[in-house]
Amino acid sequence: MAYLVLIGTRKGLFTATSDDRRHWSVDGPAKLDKDGFTAVAEIYAAAADPATGRVLIGASTFFGPSIWRSDDYARTWSEPENAPMAFPQDLPYRPLDFSETAGIDQPDSPETNTVKRIWQLAFGPGQRVWAGVEPTSLWTSDDGGQTFTFNQALWDHPQHTTWASGAGGPAVHTIVTHPGEPEKLTVAISSGGIYQTEDDGHSWHGITKGITVDYGPDEAPESGQCIHKVTRDSEGTLFVQSHGPAYRAGKDGGWTNISATLPSNFGFAMVAHPTEAGTVVAWPVGESMDRTPPGARIAAWRTTDGGDTWASWSHGLPDENYYGTVMRDGACTDGDQADPGWYFGTRCGDVWAAGDDGTWHQVTAHLPDVLCVRAMVTP
Amino acid sequence: MVDVKIPAALASECGGERHLAVDLADDATLADLLDAVAATHPRLGRRLRDESGRLRRFVNVYIGDEESRRLQGLDTPLGGREIQILPSIAGG
Repeated sequence: MAYLVLIGTRKGLFTATSDDRRHWSVDGPAKLDKDGFTAVAEIYAAAADPATGRVLIGASTFFGPSIWRSDDYARTWSEPENAPMAFPQDLPYRPLDFSETAGIDQPDSPETNTVKRIWQLAFGPGQRVWAGVEPTSLWTSDDGGQTFTFNQALWDHPQHTTWASGAGGPAVHTIVTHPGEPEKLTVAISSGGIYQTEDDGHSWHGITKGITVDYGPDEAPESGQCIHKVTRDSEGTLFVQSHGPAYRAGKDGGWTNISATLPSNFGFAMVAHPTEAGTVVAWPVGESMDRTPPGARIAAWRTTDGGDTWASWSHGLPDENYYGTVMRDGACTDGDQADPGWYFGTRCGDVWAAGDDGTWHQVTAHLPDVLCVRAMVTP
Repeated sequence: MVDVKIPAALASECGGERHLAVDLADDATLADLLDAVAATHPRLGRRLRDESGRLRRFVNVYIGDEESRRLQGLDTPLGGREIQILPSIAGG
């Protein structure tokens, strides 16, 4: 058994391999394309499917976004000949920015909607792959990520008039699958909210109400909140890190603020344990106007009771001042059901790994700023 | 026949060649050229333009010695001039 970590950065994809999750061999930046321009690509999205060994990478370059695929654990890569996704050009232009018309379709505009970045890739059953994209849209592939279909129903959700851009861009940035419920999917939008389908994407309902904001005139809107990450535990409970507090979903709807014992009311990354319900790890950030770790100490924070109490998990991490934050996709587990490994990377280009509740070991340091981290167990 | 110079960063899309010869009508425009390139080399085509047909922001196409955006953009007649694709390698 070995471990593969995919590290997407602002300047390319790096990979790390290990037999023991302590000693790592790091390679990169990867040249996914034959000419090598992807070595400077922004890698927002990586996905690893332990069932097949397949890896997908969403890379955005000055030659546009695309998806690269590897079926040999990130050693060799291929890319579709034709664009894997393209907006219907008869769709009215929708500005998703900071303007007063954000989220409102502009049928008379000469502008058109075009794919800017791929923010999230997630495997489903069989050859199904979902992609979360900037501008805010969801796409579905049933051929393993070669070609994608635009999800019109989410785009048309009436609440789209409340969607706009987060500072990083307007996107469907989170896709949560529901094992055993193939028709169900949860997606998160920044800024916009959280939406669920229970009919394989044919219809969507917002579930964001109850997540409060301190950056708008309505403290408890139906939608439009800036959601940073959603994660699902092994019994199906959703946990949210918003642009503000962290939340736990109630069994009958609604949200409970679970930030009381976290060191701050802000953060991006949040990852649920693959098998232990109620166990979730977060990487808090000081606050909206202080984008550094609380107290200048890099630390993961772990709850085992669904967020009622949190404790610092930092053994092995630096004990000097540290200012790199963990971005929304900068943390993950490797999905090992018996002994899950945990991983995170920072905007300082450092990546750490740990066994379950164990000591953190440095995977690598001084990479470009880390945008996403994904890991898998390999043969 | 129009001669298109290909940048090294895209050469593999043309079998490693740095030139692409494209057969076009005498009154062809830059849009006609890029349509023809996309038809025979779809991956190269989408490197140059997005799905709306616009040149990507960091892709420059020189027609003779002038960048196409300073002419008539995609509507610029090629007029037998040499075409050179030059990406702006930008960003930190």
